Amino acid sequence: MNFDFSDEQKQLRDEARKFLAEKCPPKAVRAVLDGNAPYDRELWKGLAGMGFLGVAVPEAYGGAGAGHLELCVIAEEMGRALAPVPFSSTVYLAAEALLIAGSEAQKQKWLPLIAGGYAIGTLALFEGKGNPSPEGIKLLASGNSLSGVKKPVPDGAIADFVIVAARTGSTGRDSDISLFLVDMKAGGVEAKTLTNVDPSRGQAELIFRNCKAEPLGAATEGWSLVSQVLDRAAVLLAFEQVGGADRALEMGRDYALDRIAFGRPIGSFQAVKHMLADMYVSATLARSNCYYGAWALSTNASELPEAAAAARISATQAFQHCAKNNIQVHGGMGFTWEFDCHLYYRRANATALSLGSLSYWEDALIDRMRKRNAA
Amino acid sequence: MNFDDTPQEAAFRAEVRRWIGANAPREFEAELSKASLGRIKLKKHDIVEVAKAWQRKKSEGGWVCLNWPREYGGRGATAVERVIWQQEEGVYFKLTHPFQIGEGMCGPTLMAYGSEADKRRYLPKIASGEEIWCQLFSEPSGGSDVAGLRTRAEADGDHWIINGQKIWTSGAHYSDYGILITRTDPNVPKHKGLTMFYIDMKSAGVEVRPIKQANGMQEFNEVFFTNLRISDEQRLGAVGDGWNVSLTTLMNERMTIGARLATGFSELFDFCCNLMTEDGLAIDDHATRSKLANWAVKNSGLKYTSMRAISALSKGERPGPENSIGKLVAGSMLQDIAMYAMDLQGASGMLTDPDAAEAAGQFQAMLMSSPSTRIAGGTDEILRNIIAERVLGLPGDIRVDKDVPFNKIPTRGR
Repeated sequence: MNFDFSDEQKQLRDEARKFLAEKCPPKAVRAVLDGNAPYDRELWKGLAGMGFLGVAVPEAYGGAGAGHLELCVIAEEMGRALAPVPFSSTVYLAAEALLIAGSEAQKQKWLPLIAGGYAIGTLALFEGKGNPSPEGIKLLASGNSLSGVKKPVPDGAIADFVIVAARTGSTGRDSDISLFLVDMKAGGVEAKTLTNVDPSRGQAELIFRNCKAEPLGAATEGWSLVSQVLDRAAVLLAFEQVGGADRALEMGRDYALDRIAFGRPIGSFQAVKHMLADMYVSATLARSNCYYGAWALSTNASELPEAAAAARISATQAFQHCAKNNIQVHGGMGFTWEFDCHLYYRRANATALSLGSLSYWEDALIDRMRKRNAA
Repeated sequence: MNFDDTPQEAAFRAEVRRWIGANAPREFEAELSKASLGRIKLKKHDIVEVAKAWQRKKSEGGWVCLNWPREYGGRGATAVERVIWQQEEGVYFKLTHPFQIGEGMCGPTLMAYGSEADKRRYLPKIASGEEIWCQLFSEPSGGSDVAGLRTRAEADGDHWIINGQKIWTSGAHYSDYGILITRTDPNVPKHKGLTMFYIDMKSAGVEVRPIKQANGMQEFNEVFFTNLRISDEQRLGAVGDGWNVSLTTLMNERMTIGARLATGFSELFDFCCNLMTEDGLAIDDHATRSKLANWAVKNSGLKYTSMRAISALSKGERPGPENSIGKLVAGSMLQDIAMYAMDLQGASGMLTDPDAAEAAGQFQAMLMSSPSTRIAGGTDEILRNIIAERVLGLPGDIRVDKDVPFNKIPTRGR
C-alpha cells in the first residue's frame, strides 16, 4: 500500500507552490476582487506555460498527459493561493465533460485550446435557487437550439464555450436531460455578470435565445454525464478547499504566535490553542478523505461517487471551519478589508455552494453508502 | 497512490489468513462481533481466560508482539506486517485487550531500560500472555498532570520502600506485574525527582481495590502500597530519570499505529437502515441523513488518516503527527452517536432491559462507557494541547510549578 503522492508528484507541488507564490500573491487576488479585471490574464497565461491547465489532458489533445493525481496536486496549490482565474470552471468542469463525453472532433477542437490557455470553458447547470436535479432544468432544447436562463454560471461572462444541461424530454425521467456545447462566438447568448460573495471568481447569468448548440455526448445521457462531471469536479475542488483550509490555519497559527496580549502571545492561551487544534483536526480529516477521492478519481474506481461525496463534504466543512476561525484568531484585524482573512472566508463560502450545497452532498453520500451496503 | 500489497506483503497476508482460518476460536466469533465497546463479556466464559488461551495459541504460532525481536518472544516482523496482522485478526482483536498495555507500553519500556536478564525473563511471557502487566502512573493528585504524583520510594540499602497510591490502573486486578513511577526526591522540581521501577503485583504491601465505574463495570482499580519493599534491580533507568523513562512508555503508546478506534458509526448506520419510525425508515429522514453524513466523513477521514500513517511506515518513514487526532475525534463521536441513536428511539431509548431495549441495548451501553474514552490515555483537552504545541508549534502552557521544588507546590486550591 502507498496511500500518498509520489516523489515526482510532490516535486510538482513544490514547483506549483513556488510559481504561485511569485505570480499570485494576495495583491493579484485583490486586483480581481476589487473589480480591476475579470480574472488574472497574466497568471492564466503563466499557468498554461507551466503546463498546469492541461496536466490531465492527454498528449494527443495538446495536454501534458500526466493524470488526475497531478491535477489534484495543482488544485491544492490553486486553492492555497486563491488563484483568481477560471481554473475550476475550465479544467474541472468543461475539460472533464469533454474528456468523458466529447466527440473526437470536440476534443480535438477544444482541449488543445484549454491546455494552451486560449479558451475558457464552463458548465451551465443551475437555474436559480436549488441543488442539482434533473427537475431543476427548465432550459429547453428544440433540436439544436437552446432557450432559457442559467444562473449562476461560474466564469460565464468570460467563457469562450459553455456546456449546457438542457431539457429534451418531459417524461419525468433522468433521460429528459441532454448536454450541449455552445460556442459563445456564435451569438445567441447574453451574459450578465452577477456579483457574489467571492468576487475573486466571477459568476454570471446566461440568457439563451434560440441559441445554436451542438450535442455533447449521447442524447438522454445528459443527467448521468452531469453527475459524473460533478463527482470528478467535487474531488478536484475538494483539493482546492483543503489547500485553502491549510493556508487559513497557517495564517491563524502565525498570528497567534506574533500577537501579544496580556503580556504573552495569544497562542499560549488554551482557548486559542484548542481552536487552532480543532482546525488542524478538520483539515487533516479532509485531506485524508481527499486522498481517497484522488485515488478513486485517478483509477476510475467504482467507489468514486461515494469517495467524491465524502471528500466534498469533509473539505467544505474544513475550509469553512478554518476560514471563519482564522478571522476569530485575528480578532478585529481579521474583520478589516486590509487583512487577507476575508479572502479565504469568501472563497470558502463560495466554493461550499458552487457544486451544490452541503445538504445535497450529504444526501448523495448516504444514498451511495446505502447502495454499497445493499450490494 | 494505491492500496495494493507489495508481493511480500501479499504473501504475508495470505499466510496470516491461512493461520487465523485454521486456528481462531470460532465458537466465540458471534458473541465477540456483537460485543460493543465497554462491555466485552462472554456469557459462559471468563473473558480473561479465553483471551489467555488465544494469546497462547498465537504465541506458539509466532503471531504475538509481531514487531518485537524473536529472542524476546516476538516475530521480528516489520511495522506494516504488524498492521496486516491486525487487519486480518478481525473480531478476535477484542480478545487482545488484557495484553495491550504489556505489549504497547510495559514491554517497550523494559526493552529500553531493563537488564538483559530481565528482558529474557519477562518479555517472552508478556508476549505469550502468560503474565499480564499493568501501568501504574496516574494518582489521585496527578491525572493529566502525571508528574505531580506523590507515591514515595525511599532508598533502604540496595532496596526501596514504597508507600502511596495509584488510581485508574486498568487491569491491575488480573495483572502479575506492573511498571510503577514514584517520587524519590521531593526537594527538586517535580519532573526531576521521579524514578521508574517494575513490581510484582502479588508482593506483600500491594493492595488492589477495584473501582466501580459509572457504567457499573469494574475494569480499573486503585492500587495501594504499604511499605512495599523491592530490590534496586527492579529499577528502570537512572534514579531521578523516571520522567524521561515514562515518556518512552507514552511515546510507544502513541506510535501504536493502525489502532482500531471505535467510533460507533457503522453500528449507527446499520441501526438507521433498519429502524422503522412513524415517518418511515430512519435513514430516509433528512435530518438523520445529514447527521449520518457528518459522522461518515469523520469516520472515513480517521480510517484514511491511519492509512497514510501506515504508508509512511511501509516506506520506512516516521508517521507524521496527523495520527494524533484519532482518539480526540473518535471519543466524542462515540458519545454523540450513542445519544443520537437513543434519541431516535424516543422515550424507550432510555430502556436497558435486555428484552425491551432496541439493538440489544448496545447504544445505551455505549452511552455509559463513552465518557471514559474522552478521558483515559489523555483527555480531549490534553490532546488538543499536544496538537497545538507539538504539531502547530504554539507556546507551551505557562507552568507555575515547573521550577519550584516539589514539596513547595501548593496542594489545595482554596
